Formats: sequence, structure tokens, C-alpha cells
Amino acid sequence: MCCLYRFGSNPAILAGMMNRSNPLAHEHLLHRLHAIQQQFRHIPPHAMQQAASEFNIPLSQVAAVVAFYSFFSTQPRGRFDILFSNCTSCGYLSGEQDLLRMLCQRLQVTPGKTRADGLVSIGETSCIGMCDQGASLLVNGVPVTGLNADKIAQMVQLVTDGTPIQQWPAAWFETSDTVHRRDLLLTNRLTSGSALRKALLQGSDQTLTVIQQSGLRGRGGAGFDTGKKWQFCRAAPGSARYVVCNADEGEPGTFKDRLLLREYAGTLFEGMALCAFVIGAEKGFVYLRGEYRYLLPHLQIRLDQHREQGLLGKHILGQADFDFDIDIVVGAGAYICGEESALIESLEGKPGIPRIRPPFPVTHGYLGQPTVVNNVETFIAAAHITVHGSAWFKAAGSSTSAGSKILSVSGDCGKPGIYEYPFGVTIRQVLDDCGATDVQAVQIGGPAGTLLSPAEFGRVIAFDDTATGGSLLVFGQQRDLLAIHRNFAHFFAHESCGFCTPCRVGTQLLKNTLNNITDGRGTATDIGELQQLGRIVQHQSHCGLGHTAANHVLDGLQKFPHTFSRRLQPQFTARFDLDQALASARQVTHRDDAAAHLDNE
Amino acid sequence: MMTTGADTIRIDGEEIPFTPGQTIMDAALAAGIYIPHLCHYPGLPPSGNCRLCVVEAGNRSVAACITAAAAGQEIRNDTPALNAARTAITQMLFVEGNHICPSCEKTGNCKLQAMAYHLGMLDDHFAQFYPHRELDASHPGILLDRSRCILCDLCVRASRDIDKKNVFAIAGRGTDAHLVVNTPSGKLADSTLAVTDLAATICPVGAILIKEKGFEVPIGQRIYDRQTIRETGLQEHVERKNGD
Ligand SMILES: Cc1cc2nc3c(=O)[nH]c(=O)nc-3n(C[C@H](O)[C@H](O)[C@H](O)COP(=O)(O)O)c2cc1C
Ligand code: SF4
Ligand code: SF4
Repeated sequence: MCCLYRFGSNPAILAGMMNRSNPLAHEHLLHRLHAIQQQFRHIPPHAMQQAASEFNIPLSQVAAVVAFYSFFSTQPRGRFDILFSNCTSCGYLSGEQDLLRMLCQRLQVTPGKTRADGLVSIGETSCIGMCDQGASLLVNGVPVTGLNADKIAQMVQLVTDGTPIQQWPAAWFETSDTVHRRDLLLTNRLTSGSALRKALLQGSDQTLTVIQQSGLRGRGGAGFDTGKKWQFCRAAPGSARYVVCNADEGEPGTFKDRLLLREYAGTLFEGMALCAFVIGAEKGFVYLRGEYRYLLPHLQIRLDQHREQGLLGKHILGQADFDFDIDIVVGAGAYICGEESALIESLEGKPGIPRIRPPFPVTHGYLGQPTVVNNVETFIAAAHITVHGSAWFKAAGSSTSAGSKILSVSGDCGKPGIYEYPFGVTIRQVLDDCGATDVQAVQIGGPAGTLLSPAEFGRVIAFDDTATGGSLLVFGQQRDLLAIHRNFAHFFAHESCGFCTPCRVGTQLLKNTLNNITDGRGTATDIGELQQLGRIVQHQSHCGLGHTAANHVLDGLQKFPHTFSRRLQPQFTARFDLDQALASARQVTHRDDAAAHLDNE
Repeated sequence: MMTTGADTIRIDGEEIPFTPGQTIMDAALAAGIYIPHLCHYPGLPPSGNCRLCVVEAGNRSVAACITAAAAGQEIRNDTPALNAARTAITQMLFVEGNHICPSCEKTGNCKLQAMAYHLGMLDDHFAQFYPHRELDASHPGILLDRSRCILCDLCVRASRDIDKKNVFAIAGRGTDAHLVVNTPSGKLADSTLAVTDLAATICPVGAILIKEKGFEVPIGQRIYDRQTIRETGLQEHVERKNGD
């Protein structure tokens, strides 16, 4: 197939982007644009032209990248650029109050706009992975957690005074990882280098065999057999091979990689080096979501320590023919970049549009070369398996799903946080352990996953039952499930990459229909409409985002029909709100008196 | 049930040959079987974005233009369910942009309109989005009205792969996706696009129009007044220029 890339891809140029002898050495297009955004608070046209000539790529490619990623903008953002998470767990609506409106009102900012004096802009962003930390936001890219009315009041003062965020209360920026349950991977730390030493001792064939025998399957959601993936990649012809760690963790409600990156980065790098040893790669990447940029200094330090210990770099552990090193590439706000082929496009300095698959990354990945993409947890599990053996791993879990799964539990429960269980644990057990009582529903696997009713809490977490990349959202009886569906629908409409029609338009239509029902303008036909639309988005879309974007609605219609039906109008209702349609006219004329409204009897 | 040969696939029960490397679309068109498509143009690399050509292969839904034909494939194409989905997708494309068929210069030559006729689409079904999209009239010979762009990527591919000028790209995410011109001003006038370029003429809808040609061919004598999109779809092909 000839059309792998939406933009003509020139491997020589792209390789130059990463080449250390190049003056742009450490620079990746996304990093360059991030620096420009920091400097000018937006990416002005002249800077785009400059970047295009520096990287020797078409200007339209730079423009397309800037337009694609949420954290870049062509209009200046405020000196304090504040983005509230809109996740159902760490979002601004997760408590009693609308914290976003509160801050906007007090600072006189229109949501999504920059204040005229350029001091502050306030907007929203998709889940920032702080779901166990209370309502959260990013200020100039740095997370502030545990928001409440009090903090908002203080923030108003800090922003008004122009206090640099370095001088904001340090405690605001602290995230505490709470691990409530530990199993295979989180109980004992591996001694640094132990996995690589064992691998070198037993050779790459045996290392691969052990991974294959362990039954390890991908922890990022799709659950592909890891040993097979490594073997396919190793067998694929190519001039170079690459190891990519997917640390995009964009599925709302997922934050287990955040813990792993902070506490177990060394084991992750070792897992990646193991993979490199098996497949014969010299270069690896960690693709870190932009929301986790604050972890970058820590990760760089851990990488340096690894190099000093001879576990990365040239001649790893003294082995003459084993060179492998890792670069970290930081994303810029795009859920779709968690999809492995979109991730690779992003690594290549392009918008994250999913590729045509097949060919799969194992044969045609980064720069068209064989590439393994695995989740953070998968690499860490591989390191443990290498040290402890496949039998140790298989002893835990169920017949289809060996080992353990690390869950990020959040929502309406007493003890949100990280829980590691052997596969096969029931939903009910997890709910008991996290102190969730009076549960109305559970969303497993994030908005793209499955909505479970209490009748299904006996089901187990396993690849052949309820699979999850790690997200488990708990919804108590007091929650309005329709609001949850609306939130999810907004998420997908916002995150659709826009490449294919059914997802680009269909996710908007799902969102609009749910808005209508929420606003009391839905009728019985809307139920059939949602079903039909849902099926089209599910079946006709190009990639996994579209394939899963309607799951929550279809599940909801089936399992909680009342959520929708009780909001429907019994009689004919215009889908169109005439008075609402005049809002823009009122805004322009600065009128909001009774005469400027239609009679809404 | 009949068995299918080593180098044949079956579409709606009809057995057709294919050569290795061909997609389902390639094989179908070569055999005179029409699979509805808007973003595909034989001779250009396929993209797979419009999704009209989604067919069922076994129990999977795949886009025919980007899926390799494989021996023994059992494909369903012309089914009520698939055509209903195609109609819905066509309706999505209509409501997403601002399509003004009765007064559009492209009327009668427009593939989106012709597709709607082909599928028996009677209304827009969904509520209009009425997007605000930029119009570019800067070029002396060519008009770009993004209001009607369906993001099919044909002009992008034609300019990059055939004209070798790389004039266009698609930028932005979700419904913000839009066509951009690869010049510092973002204007067509500053690009090297010429009236004779494939990129200037391949647009399936009235988003890229050649100026001063308005209604040269009267309504009633236009392409889809004379033939159906099925017939055009089976005939058209881009000739590769030298060196490709
Ligand atoms: C829309 C979308 C988002 C995804 N996001 C992630 C992600 O954030 N992290 C991840 O590991 N996998 C994600 N995946 C799955 C990846 O495509 C891929 O299957 C995975 O990284 C492979 O690693 P594994 O086999 O170790 O799970 C996503 C898939 C889709 C379709
Ligand atoms: S399904 Fe959605 S995210 Fe995936 S390619 Fe299509 S538009 Fe993009
Ligand atoms: S301008 Fe025309 S050819 Fe280009 S993407 Fe839009 S609809 Fe397709």
C-alpha cells in the first residue's frame, strides 16, 4: 500500500530531527513549538515559518501540527494560562460547585478567551490524569490539584497580583500517589539491572521465549500478545528497529502510568531495553502526554542514572554489540495520539492522524521501520517476567489473562487511587475495597470502555470479560447518568481527529442529540436516532477512537434506558430553540431585557 | 456453497479476479463493480477518509479503498444496511458544510450531489451545522470556498503526488479540520497552483472552482445529467505523469 502518510514523509529529514550531531539535536518539532508557545504565549506566523525552515518541512505541516494539538494556539493565551480538567473525576464539575465559572467570574474572563489585558486565559481540557486528587487544572502546563472554592479565591488574588507560579503555594503542585493494593508488580522493586543481566545471560531467544510463555498481553487496552508482537517485529525486514513506550495515558480516569513513571521509571527503561535486546533496536522513545510534562525533569534524571549505570547507551553492561538509548517526546494535548499509529505520526512531527492499518507498526512503524509500541505497564511487567520467570507470572490471574492489572479507581468512592489485582477479580470486590457504597454504575475502561450496571458487578476484570487499560470510574446513586453521557460525548467530539466522516461528524451529532435531551428538547425519535448514529460511528469509522466513541451511549440505552426516556418530551417539541438562537443578536446589541426575548410560554 | 479460487474474491456473490497488491476497490472497479466512494480516485494513493466504501468482509467492516484483496474474501457491498449507512454519511457531509446546490456552480457536476441521488437520499435528516469557513478569492483563476469542502484530501494528494507542488494540506482537529494553503500568507494567490493543475480540477464538490467558467455548460447538460456517479466511478482514472 502506497499511502502510509498523510504528509509526504522524508525519512532523512525526520531522522535529522532526532540526530544528535544535528544542531537541532535534542529538538523535536513538538518541543520546538512548545518553546515558542511558552515564549510568545502563542505560535505566531513568523515562528511557524522559522520552524518550517529549521526542520526543512512544508509550512503547511507546521500549521497543521499547530492546529491539531490543543496546547498550541495561534491566538495569544494569557500570561496565566489556566485549563481546567473536564473529566467526570478530576473535572471542575466533580464537586458541588462549578469552579471554572467561579474563577472566570471573579477574574472577569470569558471561558475560552484571553482577557483583554493579556493577563489570564481560562479554558477547559480533557482529563489530566489527576482523578484521585480531586478537581484539578493546569496552570501554564503544571497541574494544581485538590481544588475548592478556597483555593480558587486565593488563585484570583495570585493571578491579579501577577505572582509567578513558582511562588504559588508549593503544596498546590504536589500530587500524592496512593497505592491501596499491591500485587505482582508493585510489591517488590526489581534491583536495578537485574532484568537486563538475566537477559544477557540467557540470550535474546530465551528472553523472548520466556515472555511468550508468560502469556503477557498488552496493558494499554487492546490486549495484544506481547511476545508475539516482539517476535513479529524482530522477524520483520528493516534497516532499523524502534522501541516505543506509550505513555500517553489519555483515557479519562486512567492515572496508573503517572504512578509508574514517577516510582518505577527505572524498571520501565529496563523493560524497553529488554525489548530492544530481543528485537535488535538501538533507539527508543517514551511518548509522554503533554499533561505529564511536569514529570519530565524527573524522567531525565532517571535516564541519566541509567546511562551512568551502563544500563543505557553504548555497550550496555559491557556488551560489545548492545547499544540502546531512549529519548522522551512530549505530546501537546491530543487523546488520539494514544492510538499507536497516530502516536508514531506524532513522533514523526506530524498531526496525530491514525494510519492505514495494515501494515501495522511491527512491520512499518516509526520512519516506516519495524517498531514495537507497548504501554508503560507492559514493559514493566516484561522486566519482572524476565527476572522471576513465566511460571511466576502465570500463577497469578486467570486462564485468558495472566498476571496482574493495575487499576486507577476514581469517582464516587471513599478511597480513590491505585489498586493492583490479579486478573479475574470481580468488579464487586474492587468496589468493596475502594469503599464504594450505593453504586449506580461503573464505567470500566474509560469513556471508550463499557458501562456496567449493578447486575453485572459479578463480572471479572479480564481480557475476555471486562477489559480495561486501567480506568475504573464509579458513579454513585446521586449522579445524573445523562450528564455523564453528555460529558463523554463532548470528550469524543473534542478529541476526534477529524480524518474520517462518521467519527468527525457523528461524534458531533451524538453530542448535539444528548445536549438536546438534556435541555428538555428530546423526543422519542431521538432514542432511535442515538442508536442508529451510534452504530454508524462504531462500524464505519477508521480507527479505535470512532469504533468505541458510541459504546457508552449504546450501553446506556440498553442498561439504563430510564436515563434518557425520563427526559423526553411527550409531545412534539421543536429541536430548535428560537429564543436561544437570538442569543447572539442580544449579545451584539447588548440587550437582555424582556422585550429582547421571545415569549416562552 | 461455491468455493472461491486462489486469486479471486467474491463481492455480493459474484466471483471476480484480483492481482496481488490490489485493494478490494481496485479489483471491484476493474471488474465493473461499483463501490460508492468520494475520497478515492484511481491513480491517486487511497486515503480512506470518506468511509462510503466501507464493505463487510467476513464479520469485519473495512474500507474497500485501503484494504488489500485477499484470496477467498467474501464481501458484501450492495446491501440495504450498508447503503443506509452510506446515506447517513452523505447526509453528514451535507450538514457539516454549507451546500447551496441550486445556486452552486458545481451543481450537476458535483459528486456529493450525485452520490445523494445515487443513494436515494431525500433530505438532510440531521440539523445543519452552518459553519463559518474562510473563502479565498485571492487567486486570479481559482476560487477556494471552504464552505463546501468535504475534507476528501483529493486536492492535497493531487498536488503532492501528481502536480508535485504540495499546495494544500488539511489542518485542525475534529470539525475544526480545514484545508490550508502552503504559503506564508495562507492565500492561494501566493501559491504556484495553476488552472491546469490536477489539484485545481479534481475537487468532487464546489470547493475549488475555476473562475470565469460560471455556467458555461448549461444545467441539464452537465456530467450527472448525462450519466450516474456509478458510471463515472467505473471510468475515471488519473494518468500518472512521467517518472512515477
Ligand atoms: C483512541 C485510542 C487511544 C489510546 N490510548 C492509549 C494510551 O493512552 N495508552 C496506551 O498504552 N494505549 C493506548 N491505546 C492503545 C494503543 O493503540 C496500543 O494498542 C497500545 O499502546 C499497545 O500497547 P500494549 O500492547 O502494551 O497495550 C489507544 C488506542 C486508541 C484507539
Ligand atoms: S475514527 Fe475518529 S479519530 Fe479515528 S481516524 Fe476517524 S476521525 Fe480520526
Ligand atoms: S477542497 Fe475539494 S478536493 Fe480539496 S479536500 Fe476539500 S472537497 Fe476535497
